[in-house]
Amino acid sequence: MKRPIRVVMAKAGLDGHDRGVKVVARALRDAGMEVIYTGVHQTPEAVVETALQEDADAIGLSLLSGAHNYLFPRVAELMKEKGMDDVLLFGGGIIPEDDIEGLKKHGVERIFQPGASLEEIIAYVRIAVAKRRGQPA
Amino acid sequence: MIASAESHLAQARGGDKRSIARLLTIVENDEPGCADILRSLYPETGRARVVGVTGPPGGGKSTLVSRLAAHYGSTYDRIAIVAVDPSSPFTGGAILGDRIRMRDRFLDEGVFIRSMASRGHAGGLSRATMRVVNVLDALGTGLVIVETVGVGQEEVEVVRVADTVCLVTVPGLGDDIQAIKAGVLEIADVLVVNKADKPGADETARDLMQMLSLGKGRTPWKPPIVRTSAQDNTGIDALAKAIDAHVEWSTASGDRDARRAGAARQEVEALLREALVKRLEERIGQDRVSEAVARVARRELDPYRAVDELLADR
Repeated sequence: MKRPIRVVMAKAGLDGHDRGVKVVARALRDAGMEVIYTGVHQTPEAVVETALQEDADAIGLSLLSGAHNYLFPRVAELMKEKGMDDVLLFGGGIIPEDDIEGLKKHGVERIFQPGASLEEIIAYVRIAVAKRRGQPA
Repeated sequence: MIASAESHLAQARGGDKRSIARLLTIVENDEPGCADILRSLYPETGRARVVGVTGPPGGGKSTLVSRLAAHYGSTYDRIAIVAVDPSSPFTGGAILGDRIRMRDRFLDEGVFIRSMASRGHAGGLSRATMRVVNVLDALGTGLVIVETVGVGQEEVEVVRVADTVCLVTVPGLGDDIQAIKAGVLEIADVLVVNKADKPGADETARDLMQMLSLGKGRTPWKPPIVRTSAQDNTGIDALAKAIDAHVEWSTASGDRDARRAGAARQEVEALLREALVKRLEERIGQDRVSEAVARVARRELDPYRAVDELLADR
C-alpha cells in the first residue's frame, strides 16, 4: 500500500483567522492526503512537536498576523534542532513580497500568497514530498 | 531486520520520540520491516493499561481524553493517546482533528499523541490500531488511551484493543429505547454522560440506569454511570476512579485475560486467513481465482462450488 502524505496544518501565534487554513486543509484532504489540523494559537514548539509525533511529511503554516518574520524562522530552527531535515516547511498568508526571499533563506521552501490556487498548492505538496521521500512524484 | 527499522527500534527503546513516530509509521503502513518490528517487540507487550474511549461524534471524546491524560500524568511516566478519525471513502484523504482538543498536552514531556485515519476500516478503529498500541505498549508506555472515530451503534472493535471501554454519550441523543438497543452500549465498561451541564443530562443518566436494570450483562460487572463536563474539567476524578475500579475488577476476575485471549485469537485467525489465501493464490495463480470470480458473476457457477473447486485445484 502506498503511504498517504501526512501534513500538519497549523496556525501559530496570535492569529485567529482560520478560514484560509481550513480551505487548504480541506483541499489537501480531497487530494487524498491525511491532514492533521492543530487549531489556532499554537506555539512554534507545539507545531514542531506535533509534526514529530505524527511523523508528518510536511508542515504548512498559515500566518495572517504579520509575525511571519519571527514565527517561520523559529519553526524552521526547532525543526533543525530536532533533526527534522527531511520534513517540508511551507506556508501561506498575508506575506509581503519583500519578506519572501528572507524566509526562504531560513528554510521555508515555499510561500503561497493571496490568490494562489488550490491546485497549485496540492501539486506543490505532492511533488515536494515525493522528492523528499526519494520517490517519483 | 532491515537496517533502518533496526536503528529506529534501538533508538525508540531509548525513548527517542522521533524514532517511536517512525516505527508507528512503518507498522501503520505495513512497510518493509513491519513484521520484524512486531516480532521483536511482542514479548514485551501486555504491560500497558489500555483504555478505550468511544461514542458519537461531537460528544467530547477528545476533550475528555486530554483531561484523562492530564489526570493520569502523575500515575504514569509515559502516556500515549491514539486518536482515530475517519478517512474519506472517495479520496482516502482525512482531516485528523482530535488534536485540536488536546492542545494542553502537546508539550507534556510524558505524553505522546498519534492521530490515525481509519483508512476504510469499519468498526471505529483502523486496521493497524492494535499494532500501533502494541508498539507503544512494548516501548514502555504505562497507559494507552485509544479514541475511536465518532461511532453510531455498531462500531464495537475497540473492545478488542482496550482493557476498559468508556462510552461517552451526551444529553439529547434519544430516548430509553435507544438505550436498550444492541451494539455499542453493550461493550461499555464505564458509561459517561458528558456535557452534564446541559439540559437533559439527568434523563440521559436515568435512561442508561434503566437499561442496566432491565437485564443481566455479559459479566457480573455493572458499568457505573459517570457525569462529566470535559470542557469545565468536572467529573474527571470520578471517571478515573470508575476506570480504576474496572481495571481492578477485570484483573481480579480474569475478565481482562479472557478479553485479551479473545483478541489474540482474532488476530492470529486474521493473519492465518490472509496467509492461507496468499498461499493458495501462489499455488494456483491469481488468474485462476479471477476466472472463478468471473464465472460466479456470470452466474455460471455458484460461490460455494467456486470455493470447492479452488480448494481442490492443484
